[in-house]
Amino acid sequence: MKFLKNILDKLEPTFSEGGKLSKLHSVFDGFSTFLFVPNHTAKSGAHIHDAIDSKRTMITVVLALVPALLFGMWNVGYQHFLAIGQEVGFWEQFAFGLLAVLPTLVVSYVVGLGIEFIIAQIKGHEIQEGFLVTGFLIPLIVPVDTPLWMIAVATAFAVIFAKEVFGGTGYNIFNVALITRAFLFFAYPTAMSGDQVWVRTRDAFWWGAGEPINAFSGATPLGQLATSAEPVAAFHNIMGDPIGFWDGFLGLIPGSVGETSTLAILLGAVLLIVTNVASWKTMLSVFLGGAVMGFVFNTWGPDSAVAHLPWYNHLVLGGFAFGAVFMATDPVTSARTETGKWIYGFLIGVMAIIIRVLNPGYPEGMMLAILLMNIFGCLIDYFVVQSNIKKRLKRTTIK
Amino acid sequence: MNFLKRYCTFAAQKNKIYCFALILNLFQFIYMKTIKLKKGLNIEISGKASLAIASMSQPETVAIVPDDFKGITPKVVVKEGDTVKAGSVLFFDKTHPELKVVSPVSGTVAEVARGERRKLLYISVKRDIETTYEKFNKIDPNAKREEILNALLESGFGALLRQRPYDVIANPSITPKAIFVSAFDSAPLAPDYNFVLKGQASQVQAGLSVLAKLTEGKVYYSVCPSTSAELKNMKDVEINEFVGAHPAGNVGVQINHLNPVNKGEVVWTLNIQDVALIGRFANTGIVNLIKTIAVAGPEVIEPTYVKTVYGTSIASITNCNITKGIKVRYINGDVLSGTQVLETGVLSPFANMVSVIAEGDTADEFVGWAMPRLNKFSNSNLFATKIIRKICPKATFDFDARILGGERAFIMSGELEKVFPMDIMPEQLLKAMITKNLDKMEQLGAYEVAPEDFGLCEFVCTSKIELQKIVRESLDYMRKELE
Repeated sequence: MKFLKNILDKLEPTFSEGGKLSKLHSVFDGFSTFLFVPNHTAKSGAHIHDAIDSKRTMITVVLALVPALLFGMWNVGYQHFLAIGQEVGFWEQFAFGLLAVLPTLVVSYVVGLGIEFIIAQIKGHEIQEGFLVTGFLIPLIVPVDTPLWMIAVATAFAVIFAKEVFGGTGYNIFNVALITRAFLFFAYPTAMSGDQVWVRTRDAFWWGAGEPINAFSGATPLGQLATSAEPVAAFHNIMGDPIGFWDGFLGLIPGSVGETSTLAILLGAVLLIVTNVASWKTMLSVFLGGAVMGFVFNTWGPDSAVAHLPWYNHLVLGGFAFGAVFMATDPVTSARTETGKWIYGFLIGVMAIIIRVLNPGYPEGMMLAILLMNIFGCLIDYFVVQSNIKKRLKRTTIK
Repeated sequence: MNFLKRYCTFAAQKNKIYCFALILNLFQFIYMKTIKLKKGLNIEISGKASLAIASMSQPETVAIVPDDFKGITPKVVVKEGDTVKAGSVLFFDKTHPELKVVSPVSGTVAEVARGERRKLLYISVKRDIETTYEKFNKIDPNAKREEILNALLESGFGALLRQRPYDVIANPSITPKAIFVSAFDSAPLAPDYNFVLKGQASQVQAGLSVLAKLTEGKVYYSVCPSTSAELKNMKDVEINEFVGAHPAGNVGVQINHLNPVNKGEVVWTLNIQDVALIGRFANTGIVNLIKTIAVAGPEVIEPTYVKTVYGTSIASITNCNITKGIKVRYINGDVLSGTQVLETGVLSPFANMVSVIAEGDTADEFVGWAMPRLNKFSNSNLFATKIIRKICPKATFDFDARILGGERAFIMSGELEKVFPMDIMPEQLLKAMITKNLDKMEQLGAYEVAPEDFGLCEFVCTSKIELQKIVRESLDYMRKELE
């Protein structure tokens, strides 16, 4: 490693102010802190510091997303071969999914990090790690067939207008990955909804081409329920066979790449909770809110298919679990006080189910529920903080 | 039980009223309030001072740095060549001329050093072989408040009292609603006052009795379960016991739990060794500022205690007892809230220890974000620290002065709260401070805090923000705007 360090030390003057490549200082700094723990020392205050830093925190979130990504890749392949009526082995299914998903991941990172590098250089600060997570989230929350250019445009929009204009990582009001999805959803609705986009029926890198069989229908369970003419909460897989809670829990259903398997998501949740990177209070309260609201609609709701969907099914279908574990817990856009987290999470769960049931135009309510609560997160905190202020005021008036 | 018996026989020998007071005192001792703190963090660093006092050769000159006395604008009264005694005034505060800072040794003024715009940097005194003392009257504990306060101000002890709000040298014209003294220090490697003040309980008591006269309220004297019986048994004060990890020993935490500072109120705080110095002064009438200082840290070869006065150079205190061949950092005070000082610098009047750690600026850890790094300490679960401490409670970890990351905006939530056992929302208060929002600072409790209260918060902060600097600057700003 000494060898690498020597190279970095030698290159440093070239990239520092006055050097030939000083315009690329942020990029150089980004790479050198990636390779070696920065060795600048405390100038004021505490002389020793906890070994934790934002790089390690963000990488942990990425690790927690890996089960969902791997399962999502396999599921893409599985659904594809099911749709074209070919029987292939596990590895072929996975390889197909890998080829189908990888370009989205690459595009998301290249566009997002590219913009981050440029802005860091313009502003003259270090490259911040926030996009490591955002860039990984984006391919997981879009349908597999989303055109790459759309992802590029949406990512650029979200990074610039949802994050950098506010001041960068830590200052954004909305979850950047969800803004990417919302942008796609509203700007290119045909590519993001309906029953054609969730299962890849064409080839991936000229491989695995085929024609979907006659019985094929690519609608997601929630999509089916929203358009169902009869008030019966039944849904089926892409072959028309009826499925239920456990298919949703395991994830053998069409949907956005990473959101289908609640099991894989819960694996990530365990890592996030054990390492304390994400708040278990938020996660739990989202599920609670969803369950309560689902139950309310089951008992007193309108006479529609989605209202009759048993409450526990809501929690494993669509992006509910993914949103609860990875999106609602984003510390920057979530409520930041401990009491606030309970309220914030609960309201997300409630909102998501309300949108699903009462607005058939949006069969999946999670994205909108979280974005809505992103705004209210600060308001919830305001009231929690205000109660601390009132307590302090009372102290003076009692005497 | 034996102890109780002796106590009662002793009490019975005295007259009835005195006896009653003593029994009351005994009652208080047994039924003192215990406050358990759940939040906090003990950081394991190697190099705790062994309970022994090493001999040290006192250096020829000592230097007093006015910057150590936060809030004082110095006006010098001596010039080079003047002879001074221990207790002679060197400079006083411009706004409160009764606040005086005295020489801890006798000798001749060697240098009055000034920097840019004639800012006073330090006053150095070349010491005599034999110390002579300025003569003051002993303090009669039954005297009036003004007399006692004047005696303390004249002898320079006024400049050792600190006040909240703003954490500056106490304004002597305001009578504090309470005075807080902590009988223990919970900071990493902190001096053990049971050892430092062994046999000095009577001086501490004399000091506390004097302080009790200065406030209209109580003197709050806080102990911990391991405080010695000698130091636990004090009168004229309210004794409370604090149980928990650092920062249980910080007066800030104790103030917040016992008698918080509201708008318009002032409390004073004082270190327990300084209380003993006041007690010594009250009994003898001479200003003898010799204190016991811990010299500790991973880079001290034989961590131990030394006896010296403030203004002594760090080099003579550490006395070549430092690991050779690496760059080290000297700290006036503990590693969380102390101030960095050069080897040529001097001991601060408010430091009871000198910490020495490696600077570490030449270390290179390859892809640190991905490595297990078992030798690193972390309060988070992203490192194995907690597991290691469970398996091997005596494990120590490597520390140096690196901040181990890059500075970011606040990202993680809830991590500061875990080490901040006060009824204050640290993150929200800090944000009010960053945005210089005076109303919010006031409402969220800025009057109650000092930079040292945020030492642990700064340690655990993932975003590596300089929290104590923010607090210090904000308190100064508040003081400028509101006073």
